[in-house]
Amino acid sequence: MHLLRKLLNLFSPIPLSGWLLGAFAAVLLEYYLGDAISYYLYLPKIPVLFGTLVVLKSPQLIPGVIGYDLLIYILPILLVARLSAPLTNRIAALLEKLPTWAATLLHLAAFYGILHLWAGISDYRVLVVKLILISIILTLSLNIINGWQGEFSCSHPGFMALGAYTSSFLTLRLFSGSHALLSPALGPWLFPLILIAGGAAAALGSLIVAIPSFRTRGDYLAVISLAFMFMVKSAIENMEFLGGPRGLSSQPDYSSLPVIFAWTSLCIWMVHNFTTSIMGKALNAVRDNEAAASSMTVNTRKTKMTAFMFGAFWAGVAGGLFAHVLRYINPGSFGIQNLAEMLAMVYFGGLNSIAGSILGAVSISVLSEALKPLELFKWIIIPLMLILIMIYRPHGLIAFTELNVRKLMRARKRGGADNNPRGTT
Amino acid sequence: MEYFLQNLINALQWGSFYAVISIGYSMVYGVLMLFNFAHGDIFMTGTYIGFGIATLLLALCGTVMPGWVIFLLTVLITMFLTAWLGVLVEVVGYRPLRHAPRASAAITGLMIGIILETSNLIILGTKRLSFPALIESTTWHVGGVYLTNVKVLIIAVSLMLMLGLHTFIQKSRWGMAMRAMSYEFHAVPLMGISVNVLAPLTFAIGAGLASVAGILYGQAYPVLDPHMGVLLGWKAFVAAILGGRGSIMGAALAGYLLGAIEIFTAMVFPSTFRDLIAYSIILVILTFRPRGFFGMAHSTQLRL
Repeated sequence: MHLLRKLLNLFSPIPLSGWLLGAFAAVLLEYYLGDAISYYLYLPKIPVLFGTLVVLKSPQLIPGVIGYDLLIYILPILLVARLSAPLTNRIAALLEKLPTWAATLLHLAAFYGILHLWAGISDYRVLVVKLILISIILTLSLNIINGWQGEFSCSHPGFMALGAYTSSFLTLRLFSGSHALLSPALGPWLFPLILIAGGAAAALGSLIVAIPSFRTRGDYLAVISLAFMFMVKSAIENMEFLGGPRGLSSQPDYSSLPVIFAWTSLCIWMVHNFTTSIMGKALNAVRDNEAAASSMTVNTRKTKMTAFMFGAFWAGVAGGLFAHVLRYINPGSFGIQNLAEMLAMVYFGGLNSIAGSILGAVSISVLSEALKPLELFKWIIIPLMLILIMIYRPHGLIAFTELNVRKLMRARKRGGADNNPRGTT
Repeated sequence: MEYFLQNLINALQWGSFYAVISIGYSMVYGVLMLFNFAHGDIFMTGTYIGFGIATLLLALCGTVMPGWVIFLLTVLITMFLTAWLGVLVEVVGYRPLRHAPRASAAITGLMIGIILETSNLIILGTKRLSFPALIESTTWHVGGVYLTNVKVLIIAVSLMLMLGLHTFIQKSRWGMAMRAMSYEFHAVPLMGISVNVLAPLTFAIGAGLASVAGILYGQAYPVLDPHMGVLLGWKAFVAAILGGRGSIMGAALAGYLLGAIEIFTAMVFPSTFRDLIAYSIILVILTFRPRGFFGMAHSTQLRL
C-alpha cells in the first residue's frame, strides 16, 4: 500500500501531454526496434494487440510477450513521461493559456499521430482501430437514447443499416464502376456529404419509431424499435437494387483511419455539446420525471424526438463508415447479434457518460478481439462479465460522470496536490 | 376456400408456438414488470432437453412403449427440467437485480440468452440434430383439407396448456397472488406474498410451457438449430406486447394472430415479404392501440 502510494506520487506530476509524449516514444521504439526485439524474445512477429492474441494460442510465448510489453510499452512510457515531466508541464502550462478548443485539438492531433504510427505496423491493427472508433460512435449514439433519454431502444442496427446502405448505394452509383456519374477523384471529398446523407436517412427512418412511440413512455419503445429493426432488415432483403440478401460489395475505400478518427472526434464533440446544451438538460429532466419537466415548460415531445433523431443520425453515419471499412455489407450484418454487442458496450461503460461510452466501446471491442482465439468461449466470458457488472454496478462502470477536459490537460505540480481545485484557470 | 381452410390450419399450428412462448414473456412481465429476454433461449434449451429425453427414452424403451406414452413422458420430464432452468435463470440472473434499473435486467437477460446459445454450440457443435418423430404421422383428408395428426396434436396440446394455465391463474391461490402482483406491484409483498417465491414460480411455469412448445415444434419441424430461440423468441416477445403487457389471454391471442398474419402473407405475397408485412401490421396496431389488446394503460412512471 505504502509502495503504491509512493509510485502514485512519483507519477502524479505528469500531465496528459507527458503521457502522450511517452506513448509517442514507445510507438517510435516499436516502429524502429519492434522487429529486432521480438526476434530476440523468440516471438514470431510483433505482437499485434499487446500479445493478447498470441498468449491464448501458444502459452509458451507468455514470457516473451511480457518482456516485449515491458520493454516496448511500459518502461518507455513511464520513463519518458516521468523524465520529461518538467518540460511537458511547462508545455501544458503554455497550452492552458490557449482556448480549450485549441488545446484539445493539439492533444487530439498528437494522439492521432501516435495511433497512426501504432496502427501502421500491421493491417490488422488498422482494421481493429477503425472498428473500435466506429463502435465508439455507435455506443455514444445509443447512449443518447438509452442513457440520457432513459428509454430502451433496440433499433440501432436498423439505423446503422439505413446509413450503411444509403451511403454505399450513393458511393457505388456516383463514384465507382464504369458508368460512374461523377469523377472518382471527387469521391473522398464528397464522402462526408454522403455520410451525412446516410445519417439523414437513418434520422428519417427513426421517425417511424419515434412518432408512434413517444406518445407513451416506458418499454413500449423497446418493442416498436425491435419491430423496426426487423422491418428494415426484411425490407432490404427484398430490394433487388440493394443486392437483396446478397448485400452490396466493393464499396470504394474511403474510410481511412484519419477520416474515421475525425468523424469520431466530431461525434464526441457534438454529443458533448448536445448533452450539455439546454436541450440535453431538458432531456435528462424528461427522463427523470416527464410530468415535472413538462410543467417546467419543457416541450417533452420535441425534446425526445430531437434526441432520438440525433442518436439515429450518428448511428447512420457509423453505418456508412462501417460499410466503407469492410467494403461488404449484407442484411445479416445488422441483426440481433449486433444489437446485443452495442447494448453490451453501452451498459458496460456506463449510461449518461461520454467517457463511459468510450470506455465501454474500447474495452468490449478489445476484449472480443483478444478473446478471439478462445472461439466460442468468448461468448461465455463476455456475457458473464457483463452480468457481473450489471449486478455490482447496474448503471455501468462510469455512469453519470464526465471527465473535465480542461482539468485533464492542465499542468500538474509535484506531489500530486490539486493545485487548482475548482478546475478553472 | 379449401386453400384458405388449409392455410387456417397451418396458421393455427404456427400460431400455437408463438402463443405458448409469448405467455412466458407475459407472465414474467405481469409479476416482475420486466421482460425476460432470455425466454427465447430458454425455449431453445427446452427443445434440446426434449430432444435428449426423447432420444434417451426411444433408445431405452422404444420397443416396449407405444409412441404416445414416450411423448407424454418426454413432455413431463422436459417440462420439469426446463422449469428448473427457468428457476436458475431467475435466481442467478434476475434476483440480484431486483432493485436495479429495469434496463440492467434486460441486459442480463440478453446475456443469459447468449450464454445458453453458446453453451449449446460448445456442447453439441454446429451439426444439425433432428428431433425424433415420436408419433407416427397419419394424414386425414377432411373436406378437401389435409390434416395430419401432428398438427391436430400441436393445436390441441397448446390449447390444453393454455386452458390449464388459465385455470391455475384464476382458481389457485398462487394464481391469485400472481394476479394481485400484476395489479399492484408494491403493495402485494406487504401482504405477505413473497416475491422470491412467486418470481421463480412464474419463471418455472413460463419455461415449462416454452419447453412443451419446443417439443411440439420438434415434431412439426424436426431440424434443430441453436438459433431457433432467437428466431421464434423475439417474435413471441412482440406478440406478448401486442396482446397487452401482462395479459396472458392477450398474449395467446396475439400469438395466434401473428401466426395467421405470417401464414396468410406467405399465401398472397412472396414468402420473403413475411417479416416485413407482419412487423408493419404490428407497428400499425401498436400505433393506434399502444397498450395492446388487453393491456392496462401504464400512464404511470415505470420503475426505470
